[in-house]
Amino acid sequence: MSVKVSGLYKVYGAQKAVNGISFEAFTGRVLGFLGPNGAGKSTTMKILTGYLPQTAGNASVCGFDVNTHTLDAKKHIGYLPESNPLYPEMYVKEFLAFICDIHQIKNPKTRIQEVIQLTGLGPEQHKKIGQLSKGYKQRVGLAQAIIHDPQVLILDEPTSGLDPNQLIEIRKLIKDLGKTKTVILSTHIMQEVEAVCDDVIIINKGEIVAHDRLETLLQKHHTQNIEPIFVALTKEN
Amino acid sequence: MLTIFIKELNSYFSSLVAYITIVIFLTAMGLFLWIFPDTSILDYGYAGLDSLFNIAPYLFMFLIPAITMRSLAEEKKEGTFELLATKPLTDWQIVLGKYLAALALVIIAILPTVIYYYTVYHLGAVEGNVDAGAVIGSYIGLILLGAAYVAIGVFCSSITKNQIIAFAIAVFLSFFAFSGFDAISQLLALQKIDDVIINLGINHHYQAISRGVLDTRDLLYFLSLITVFLVLTKTILGGRKW
Repeated sequence: MSVKVSGLYKVYGAQKAVNGISFEAFTGRVLGFLGPNGAGKSTTMKILTGYLPQTAGNASVCGFDVNTHTLDAKKHIGYLPESNPLYPEMYVKEFLAFICDIHQIKNPKTRIQEVIQLTGLGPEQHKKIGQLSKGYKQRVGLAQAIIHDPQVLILDEPTSGLDPNQLIEIRKLIKDLGKTKTVILSTHIMQEVEAVCDDVIIINKGEIVAHDRLETLLQKHHTQNIEPIFVALTKEN
Repeated sequence: MLTIFIKELNSYFSSLVAYITIVIFLTAMGLFLWIFPDTSILDYGYAGLDSLFNIAPYLFMFLIPAITMRSLAEEKKEGTFELLATKPLTDWQIVLGKYLAALALVIIAILPTVIYYYTVYHLGAVEGNVDAGAVIGSYIGLILLGAAYVAIGVFCSSITKNQIIAFAIAVFLSFFAFSGFDAISQLLALQKIDDVIINLGINHHYQAISRGVLDTRDLLYFLSLITVFLVLTKTILGGRKW
C-alpha cells in the first residue's frame, strides 16, 4: 500500500478536526475523499503532505513516515492544494521550471513540454500565471503536482472552476494517472466520484462513516447514485 | 536552497522592487555625499567616506524592511507557502534562500558606491590620501549591518500576513537594535551597566568595525544577531500557526 493512515487525530484548540481515522490507499486505484465542508478532508490531506503536524497517530507515504522521513515522503507526493496557490507574476514555463528545479528533474525542458501536453496548457503556455483564467490556473496547479512523476497524487478539489469540457479532459487525465499511481482526491461533485473513483471514503465531523469500493457501496445501499448515500450518512441530525 | 535563492532574486529583479531600492539608495547617497552642504564631502574638506557610512544605517533602516517585507508575508497570504512547504524542501532551505536573496540585493545596492571611493581617492590633496583600511572596514561593517537588518526584516515578515505590518515592525526593530540601546544606556538609573547595554546595540559594533579593526567579538556579535533572528523565523514557520 502506498498510503497508510492509522489512528490519525488533529485537534485545533478545542475542536477536533480529524478524529482518529485510519485508511489505506493502493497503487492503481483512485480514492475519492468525500464529506461536507469542515469534515476534515483538507486537514487530512495537509497532514499527509507534511504541511501540518498531526496531534496523534501515524501517516506514511510509500513506506516513509511523514513526520520522521518528511523529505523522502514529500518526494513521492504530488499535491494540489485546495486554494491552488501559484505565483501570479511568474510565467507558466518559468514556474514549471522552478518546480522542476526543486525536484532536481533531469531534462526539465522535455518534461515541461510533456506536462503541458498532458494538462492541455498548450495555448496558454507563454502567458503569465496571473493572466490565466481559473480553469487554466487549475491546470497549472495540476501540472506542478504531476511534474516529478510522483507515486502518490493528492488532489484537493482538482476540478473546481473548470468548465464542462475541461472537466471531462481533467477527469480523464486523473483516471489515466490513477492506473499506475495512487490518487487521493477530494470533491463535492458526486458525478465525479462515480466517473473517476474506484474506492470511496465518506468522512463526517472528522470520522470515517463509509469506506468501500464504489460498486460495493452502491450495492449495499441499493442505489445507482452516491448522492443519497452521502446525504444519509452526513446530514445534520 | 539555491533554487529558492534564484527564484527570489529573479522576482526582485522582475518586479520593480530591486530597481527602486537600488535607485533610491544610490540617489540618496549621492545627494548626501556631494550636494547637501551639511554632509557633503566637498564642503567638509576631508577626503573620506565617513558621511556615507554614517548615513547608510539610517537609509537601510527603511530600505531593507521594504525589500524583506513581502518575502514570507506574501507567501503566507497567497497560500504559496503551502506549495513550498509540501515540496521536498526543508524550512531552513526556504528561510535561508529568502534571506540570502534579500542580502544579495542589498550587497548589489552597496557595490556601485565603490565609485565614490574612487572619486574621493582622486580628490585627495595628495592623490590617494584616503584611509583605505577604514574604508574597507566600513564596507565590511555596512554589509554586516545590512545582513543583520535583513535577518530582522525576514523575521518580521514571518510573523504576519500583512506586508505593511511587517515593514513597520521591521523598521522599529532595526532602529531599536541600531541605536535604541545607546539611548537606553543614558538613562540615569542604568548608569552602572551602561557599557553592557551599549554593547547590545548594533551601533557600537558597527562603529568599531568602521575604524578598520575587524575584531572577532564584533563579528561574533553580528553573526549571533543574524542567527537568533533566522532561528526565530524558522521556528515561527515551523509552527504553521496562522
